[in-house]
Amino acid sequence: MSQARNWDEFMEGIWRQNPVFVMVLGMCPTLAVTVSGINALSMGVATTFVLICSCGLVSLLRKLIPKEVRIATYIVIIATFVTVVDYVIQAVSLALYDALGAFIQLIVVNCIILGRAEAHASKTPPAPAMVNALGMGIGFTIGLLALGCVREILGAGTLFGISLFGAGFQPWVVMVLPPGGFFVLGAWLLLFAALERRKQRKLAEVRHV
Amino acid sequence: MSIEIRSAPHIKAPKSVETIMRHVVWSLVPVCAFFVFQYGLSALASLVVVTASCLATERWFVKTGTQSGDISDYSAVITGLLLALSLPPGFPLWMGAVAGFVAIALGKALFGGIGFNVFNPALVGRAFAQAAFPQAIATYSPSFLPGRFTEFVPSSLALPLMRPADMMLWLKAKQLDALAGATPLAKWKFEGVLAGAEELVTSLSGHMAVGPSPALILLCGAYLALRRFMDWRIPAAILGSAGLTAWLLFALSPERFPNPFFMLFSGGLILGAVYMATDMATSPVTPKGMWVYGALIGLLTVIIRYYSGLPEGVMYAILLGNALTPLIEKVTQPTPFGKSALARLGHAKRGASYPLHPGYISREDAGAVTPKKRFMWNKPKRDERRKPNEPRD
Repeated sequence: MSQARNWDEFMEGIWRQNPVFVMVLGMCPTLAVTVSGINALSMGVATTFVLICSCGLVSLLRKLIPKEVRIATYIVIIATFVTVVDYVIQAVSLALYDALGAFIQLIVVNCIILGRAEAHASKTPPAPAMVNALGMGIGFTIGLLALGCVREILGAGTLFGISLFGAGFQPWVVMVLPPGGFFVLGAWLLLFAALERRKQRKLAEVRHV
Repeated sequence: MSIEIRSAPHIKAPKSVETIMRHVVWSLVPVCAFFVFQYGLSALASLVVVTASCLATERWFVKTGTQSGDISDYSAVITGLLLALSLPPGFPLWMGAVAGFVAIALGKALFGGIGFNVFNPALVGRAFAQAAFPQAIATYSPSFLPGRFTEFVPSSLALPLMRPADMMLWLKAKQLDALAGATPLAKWKFEGVLAGAEELVTSLSGHMAVGPSPALILLCGAYLALRRFMDWRIPAAILGSAGLTAWLLFALSPERFPNPFFMLFSGGLILGAVYMATDMATSPVTPKGMWVYGALIGLLTVIIRYYSGLPEGVMYAILLGNALTPLIEKVTQPTPFGKSALARLGHAKRGASYPLHPGYISREDAGAVTPKKRFMWNKPKRDERRKPNEPRD
């Protein structure tokens, strides 16, 4: 039973409550840094790390944190891990650090993390909270990658830096500009809405039979 | 005996959407024919491919059944033809197909189909092409080239997703100077060369990189206006306002600004004013509103042409005008018969918008209850509304 529950907690973030495509949270990094696949992946991994650690700590301290100052406490906890991530990325790759810019520090105010801490981690024991955070983080990374890959393929003709179409490729300038982010996000949301609609219709048919 | 009770328009003309759209297509045929005569094979291919892309997209979205309209109402044909006319004739065909898809999908289908779109679909497609392929959309080819009916402009045959061939090299091989590939507006803006109004009006003088002839478009537009398929007020307001603004600026400093005739007859102003701004779904329905809308577009066009980095501003001016249409309509509501204008002012606060009352939010929802008497001045006391002995559910 425990295994089933853990699996459920894990899958919640990946599909049923996907942060990007279902809850539409954390739009700021989603639209801003998904110019390329590498940016999207590293942003997703950084957010996942912060999400898991802060959810675990918030869950451990959930009985100690006074209700009145809980938001401030969560922010302090999240900011600690964001600082760690900030320094690690700066040490590992300066180019990546420059590409992501201020959005690494802005993970502090990413609403997915604060939302998970408030809505889930502060009410559950550490193990399920962290499993749920892992699912959410992976779901967020999948969402960012879905945007980043499309924008990189159309905007630069490459995928993770590997050229796909050769030298004569005509880049779609709009895809690396902010409007491109909105177009691609809208197209993905449309696709998922259409899939959901088809599923509901099939279910309704089955019920009729 | 049965009596049908309906509100106002009781007499209507026997015009259907399809009739209107069919006449617009007919009136566009001479314009397209002249465009093909100017640019030859490439222009023909561009018209066919863009229109086919629009029709295929429309067909696909109509088939999913989520939007109004029908494939047979000719509206997608108009979108395709106008989009192709507003693109350079040597525009790569695959980019034209992408622009046609975006025009119908983003500009029309996502809003719910014909009649629901906020922006002119052809201009949405063109704006996307401008943002995605700024280089290709700025490369025009000269008109009336010898051998234009037997060979394509090389850039139009670019493979899908690939960069088009260089126009400059091709022009050099044809013994033409590089300036021949620039539109009159771009020449004026970046080189300071001014084309004469008389050669712009007919577009017949050799090797100019211009669109269809303004005189022909005005003629076809006059036919539409006479048959009442289009309101003459909008083009009149746009051209009047653009001409007036350009004339004022020209009078202030003739050495800095071109003459108003150049402003009126160059670029896509005439095509935009006659065919794009008059799209029925995206322009105001009130006569006063049409004047305001047209004046705004004309003014914005001249301002964008003079003071921005772009040589042409008609597209953005019309899109902005489209965005403002609901507001313009709201401000310019005509006074109903039997009411004085002053009485309307007094009731302005109680306009036609719905009050934000929870009862209006969802009637379909079975659980929704319309709260009664919430906005009464003398609010009944709590225990008067529900008897204390009544069970809760």
